[in-house]
Amino acid sequence: MNIPKKLLYTSEHEWIRVDGEKGNIGITDYAQHHLGDIVFVELPEVGEEAAMGESIGVIESVKAVATLFSPAGGKVIEVNEELEEAPELLNEDPYGNWIAIIELTDHSDLEKLMSAEAYTEFCKNLE
Amino acid sequence: MSLKQTPIYPMHLKYNGKIIDFGGWELPVQYEGMGIIKEHNMVREKAGLFDVSHMGEVWVTGDKAEDFVQKLVSNDLKTLEDRQVLYCLMCYPTGGVVDDLLVYRYNRNKYLLVVNAANVDKDFTWIQNNLMDGVEAKNVSDEYAQLALQGPKSQEILQKLSDTDLDSIRFFWFNPVVRISGIECIVSRTGYTGEDGFELYIKPQDAAFIWEEILQAGGEDVSPVGLGARDSLRFESKLPLYGQEIDQDITPLEAGLGFFVKLNTDDFIGRSALLKQKEEGLKRKVVEFSMIGKGIPRSHYEVQKDGVTIGHVTTGLHAPTFKRPIGLALINIEFTEPGTQIDIVIRGKTVQAVVDSGIFYRKKTKSK
Repeated sequence: MNIPKKLLYTSEHEWIRVDGEKGNIGITDYAQHHLGDIVFVELPEVGEEAAMGESIGVIESVKAVATLFSPAGGKVIEVNEELEEAPELLNEDPYGNWIAIIELTDHSDLEKLMSAEAYTEFCKNLE
Repeated sequence: MSLKQTPIYPMHLKYNGKIIDFGGWELPVQYEGMGIIKEHNMVREKAGLFDVSHMGEVWVTGDKAEDFVQKLVSNDLKTLEDRQVLYCLMCYPTGGVVDDLLVYRYNRNKYLLVVNAANVDKDFTWIQNNLMDGVEAKNVSDEYAQLALQGPKSQEILQKLSDTDLDSIRFFWFNPVVRISGIECIVSRTGYTGEDGFELYIKPQDAAFIWEEILQAGGEDVSPVGLGARDSLRFESKLPLYGQEIDQDITPLEAGLGFFVKLNTDDFIGRSALLKQKEEGLKRKVVEFSMIGKGIPRSHYEVQKDGVTIGHVTTGLHAPTFKRPIGLALINIEFTEPGTQIDIVIRGKTVQAVVDSGIFYRKKTKSK
């Protein structure tokens, strides 16, 4: 299971890569692996504001429907429209293909997220 | 209640199946390194091997076996010859469906009924409650494992393991004694994928051996296939699933399965209700639909027209062969004309769709 060091993780298997006031968000390798073949992504709406843990989108595989939760409070400023045409990119490279970029409203949310080490341990306990 | 395992369970572990609870059975939804879409495509292009040992088997024997099975099912048993298989619906007096099943005729005094796993107990109780003098019914579900080998290369692969000429088994016929790698099996040319293929009934202790023999004989041309692709394959071929297209509240006529309901045949349970429904005209039926807006329709999603509920999606999914979402929905009869625009309610939002026809997979099964 691939869990890059520099990202922060949620218990719902999203990741965020923070860069100043912004954060790219996506789903983890664990998430894509357990969902199976991803066939549809309902992207967040640009301009949408969400609190930490609030639903901002949907990922669907052949068999499953999963909600995408915002890893931290913020406002969606960009979405990866490529995923509408090629949702399977999330299976192929879940960390290279971010889903949205949010502008963080409260950096203290980040303190509640897991480091790569903590998330590795978290996933191990799920198996 | 603890989960049940089929005799193939160790093979699912060996091939890294992702095991789920399927109606009380531990079965693989897909296999590691493959996944639903790849497994689906293997069956369409080459061959796939399924463990369907959870299916139920019931023997019906006795002088009155033919009369009794005819009383239970909607299709016409008189057309059936020895070693022929018939797809049937078993109905309640209301016309609703107890189960759909395959009837294997050994002779007019001996039939094998193959029923859905989730319905075995219910079906067997139903069969016993309707039993006639001169007939014996026996639930032998635990005495048979079942494998399905499906896809265009199925015959070529299975033939390597058998001296019986498999060409002699035509579509919807069976041979009760076929040796596969020396092991006696019941083999029928049947399936649930829309492709040519075979179903094998095997003693549980031999099943894992046969599984391995088939995978070895097929090499690159065959792979294990899990329940996920089983559902997408049957759905794309518009084959009904009990609990979705048919159930105790949906009649075979509403489900578009009128071909398997022979109302002019001897009296069967549910016949008068179905006859009445046919005479009065259907009030709702199952239709094909395509999505216009973005989204994937799924079972039980509401269908609306101008904001009013007109039915629900029975099955919908992203069809791997067509690479787009398609669906079946049970809706009020006035909206069933192809071209009619409808809305599917997806997570509280309406998404445009259109009633369609002829969009499903054209089966490649070998005709009689």
